[in-house]
Amino acid sequence: MLRFASQRLLGMALTLWLVSIVAFAVIQAPPGDYAEAYLTEKQQSGAVLTQEELTQMRQFLGIDRPWYVQYATWFSRIVLNGDFGHSFEWKRPVADVIGERLPFTLALAFTTLLFMYAVALPIGIYSAVRQYSVADHTFSLIGYIGLATPNFLLALVLMFLGQQWFGQSMGGLFSPEYQEVPWSWNKLLDFLQHLWIPVIVLGTAGTAFLVRSMRALVLDELGKMYVVAARASGLSPLRLLLKYPVRMALNPIVATLGWRLTFVISGAPIVGVVMSLPDTGPLFLHSLLNQDMPLAGAMVFIYCALTIIGTFVSDLLLVMLDPRIKMS
Amino acid sequence: MSSVTPALPRTSGTFLRPDSATQWQLMWRRFRRHHMAMLGLSILGLLMVIAIFAEIIAPYQPSQRSIRYLAGEPTGVHFFDSDGTFHARPFVYARIIKRDPVTLRAVPTVDQQTRWPIRFFVHGEPYRLWGLIPTDLHLFGVESGFIHLFGTDSLGRDQFSRTMYATRVSMSIGVIGVAVSFVLGTIIGGIAGYLGGMADLLIMRVIEFIRSIPTLPLWLALSAALPRDWSSLQVYVAITILLALIGWTHLARTVRSKLLALREEEFVVAARLAGCSDARLIWRHLLPSFMSFLIVDLTIAFPEVLLAETSLSFLGLGLREPAESWGVLLYAAQNVRSIAHLPWLLIPGLFVIAAALAFNFIGDGMRDAADPYAK
Repeated sequence: MLRFASQRLLGMALTLWLVSIVAFAVIQAPPGDYAEAYLTEKQQSGAVLTQEELTQMRQFLGIDRPWYVQYATWFSRIVLNGDFGHSFEWKRPVADVIGERLPFTLALAFTTLLFMYAVALPIGIYSAVRQYSVADHTFSLIGYIGLATPNFLLALVLMFLGQQWFGQSMGGLFSPEYQEVPWSWNKLLDFLQHLWIPVIVLGTAGTAFLVRSMRALVLDELGKMYVVAARASGLSPLRLLLKYPVRMALNPIVATLGWRLTFVISGAPIVGVVMSLPDTGPLFLHSLLNQDMPLAGAMVFIYCALTIIGTFVSDLLLVMLDPRIKMS
Repeated sequence: MSSVTPALPRTSGTFLRPDSATQWQLMWRRFRRHHMAMLGLSILGLLMVIAIFAEIIAPYQPSQRSIRYLAGEPTGVHFFDSDGTFHARPFVYARIIKRDPVTLRAVPTVDQQTRWPIRFFVHGEPYRLWGLIPTDLHLFGVESGFIHLFGTDSLGRDQFSRTMYATRVSMSIGVIGVAVSFVLGTIIGGIAGYLGGMADLLIMRVIEFIRSIPTLPLWLALSAALPRDWSSLQVYVAITILLALIGWTHLARTVRSKLLALREEEFVVAARLAGCSDARLIWRHLLPSFMSFLIVDLTIAFPEVLLAETSLSFLGLGLREPAESWGVLLYAAQNVRSIAHLPWLLIPGLFVIAAALAFNFIGDGMRDAADPYAK
């Protein structure tokens, strides 16, 4: 187990390092550098900058050095001090700006994962056992539509309906009166009351996908001899179902936990933007639209890191659940 | 192509001689039994017709403004007038401008006394079909007044016409994106599966890496990095290529695993012994035998590309006006306030859902049909 974990840990570190290169490439991708952007900004307000000042500025920011030196400085600062650089837009350290909002993204992602599994597994099992029943057809119809609807459209429609029926804004994560006050029991309740809409929006497509795979997996197992044998030996139907086919079917479902997490993290920014959540989504989009690349690159790195760590955890979970899986 | 696996069809009941149906015919038979897949195919057909003949179907040019009908609701199509009389020729009610007595704003109001009959194949705004043939023929239109089936936006542009043009752009991005993914996936997966060894190991690691990172944030970041002064054609090409990079990993995996499995098959060994070159072996013998599985993967990749494009454009990071795509149109419906005023701006969203649904259905049907010999 320890050897398996350390091997995986090594793999994770390697992937994180690769991701950091991608994130750095994102930072470097737009044409021109910060000094040029600064120059245009100053020129618009009428100030004059000499070529010398620009060179000085480049030297000061370190952007006159070759890219690999810049990358090394950038990456070592992250690893050693957790320092992601300075945001142009916010005039503050990137780590602080993200740190304020990241907990909301995490809360949203994990609640969504929980929601997906809690809803999808029972429905998937039920649909398999009652194959071709009215409920099965209904669930698959909803599932198809859920898979085909872009997250943002679902968010817009839900918010629109909420406005029409309840006359209140469904966006955000807090009611106005709790916006600025410190955390309390009531604020937590208020938060949970707001959280479920983005969770549904973010989780629908993944839930639909999970229902389909769970249904197919259980259906595969149901016809097998060991199930017939267990049934013949007189086990009660529910006990039989949960003890044998469902247990077998759970394996591939747990194995893909990492992918599901990737899926959720991938969708989170858009939902955050559309529903104006106080999480990292709007921050990320804003930084992209304004080409605030240090912030954007850091966000790409963090989104990737989240999924990589999640995959690592799900690998460990799987080995713990099923010792038969080779630890290689 | 058809004689790759000349196994006897194991369908019980009817006896089929091995040469009486090709593999593709068998697949088609199986596919036709899948009702949802057939429904998907007809939706897709309709969308393709719209994409090809967008200029003819649209009664107006996408940038044309109906100044007397800003932010107007869909006009609707009627067969019965307010007295209940039936008219064989469908019509829309006339709109007259009234001033709001308080705000003095011009408000278009339905005038049930006047009918604007809809005529088919009318001459209207001149345009060039596919940018080549000059004509002014439109599928339908009204002679006096105006017709806006999906309403107009706040600038008075006809949403129906814009949606038709957007269908062309969105579908073409999907088709081109999937085609590029196909080429990438086959070549890269082919190298991995055919060469094996180090190349295989390396490629599989790269694919695992790509699949382990959340793609959408990365694509957002990359498209944000595109220069702002690019023309909409350049942006279109760049976005299409970016999106094509989504779909290929899945495809490469399929190609690789099928190649590995087939490499040891007798017909491959036979072909090799007969002196086939590698290229001929791949193109004539290996590829046809798993083509159907590739098509399944392509149908699954299509909605991914489509939804990604829509999301990018919706956020203002993909295509931008004056280009029209479903995502660009939905960009106008970004917040609840604008939807509450102009709910018809969400109609292009229905097209997105319909297209994605159609491909999901077709994909399901194809998966069943891909192996017509399975029970």
